[in-house]
Amino acid sequence: MTRILGISGSLRRDSHNTSLLRAAAEAAGPNGELELYDGLKEIPPFDEDDDVHPRPPSVARLNEAIKSADAVLFSTPEYNSSIPGQLKNAIDWVSRPVATNVLRNKPVAVVGASTGGFGAVWAQAELRKVLAALGARVLDIELPVPHAHTRFENGGLTDDEIRARLEETIESLADEAREREEQKAAV
Amino acid sequence: MNSAILTIAPAGTWNLDSIHSRVDFEVSYLAGTFKGHFNEIGAQLTVDGDRASLEGTTNVASIDVNEENLTAHLQSPDFFDVERYPELRFTAEDISLDGDGQVAVRGELTIKGITKQVTVVGTVTAPIADPYGTERIGLNLSTTIDRTNFGINWNNPLPSGEPSLANDVTVIAELQFVKSGEES
Repeated sequence: MTRILGISGSLRRDSHNTSLLRAAAEAAGPNGELELYDGLKEIPPFDEDDDVHPRPPSVARLNEAIKSADAVLFSTPEYNSSIPGQLKNAIDWVSRPVATNVLRNKPVAVVGASTGGFGAVWAQAELRKVLAALGARVLDIELPVPHAHTRFENGGLTDDEIRARLEETIESLADEAREREEQKAAV
Repeated sequence: MNSAILTIAPAGTWNLDSIHSRVDFEVSYLAGTFKGHFNEIGAQLTVDGDRASLEGTTNVASIDVNEENLTAHLQSPDFFDVERYPELRFTAEDISLDGDGQVAVRGELTIKGITKQVTVVGTVTAPIADPYGTERIGLNLSTTIDRTNFGINWNNPLPSGEPSLANDVTVIAELQFVKSGEES
């Protein structure tokens, strides 16, 4: 079973993006097990002076969570046409050192929800670019969830089409992770 | 006109002297040319009668661009994806000469799991006897490929909207082969 870490770029309690990842966890079915990361808010601002061993515990915890996962699913809102600062900040921490960071070669996919009409497409594109630049195996998938406030009831996803897309996304991540494991086993 | 059949080298198996050989690449980037090379390369040239075949590989993990983080980026799925495609390979059985040291090699180049027909051209030296008692030839080849045909599509637009990295990449192989002592 593929172990997928879900990271929501939104910190608020009733976040649509966090709800989207919960829906992904339900949609995972037998393909994978999706665990939601809950510690993004604790990550301190990146400061190279603080990037020493041991790292801040919140950073070390995120690093370990990514390292031990087979794949990572990000769900990002869009703030001013781009990625939320705290999500970018967290990625900047774990991206170091670039040559050996834990996201390197890791299968990752990006989805996103917004209350506007575009479903965080620009933030998703930005996040895919950032993840590719640090060496992740970024799936060529885009899943915009526009008008997010109309697609959840009590935090539960009510849109079957998006649920189906989430299932496909999880399946693709599981396929990539499996291929990676098979390749490692063959070496 | 010489009526003898032209071959790239005397019959036998010719092994790469990897210490005295290089495989480099060049690509236009920003306002200049970006260059790199592969530290670990292998090749073998086999000549049997009027037939010759050439096979060469590079270890993608040995790509060297003099900067650790950039090297890491080139090894990542964004570029060569070394984890999944650890080797570049060129194989050819169609080698033609013009009698003046000019050589054209038509073969199959595999990068990132994608194989395409390419023609590489260059020069070959006449065999010399080296100081170590072996016969040796020099083969210099180059070709220009469109990297996007091999799934290497990364780019970063300039403020003008133009791409910062060109698609055409020139690959230059400067190879020395020594003749194997074994009978082929």
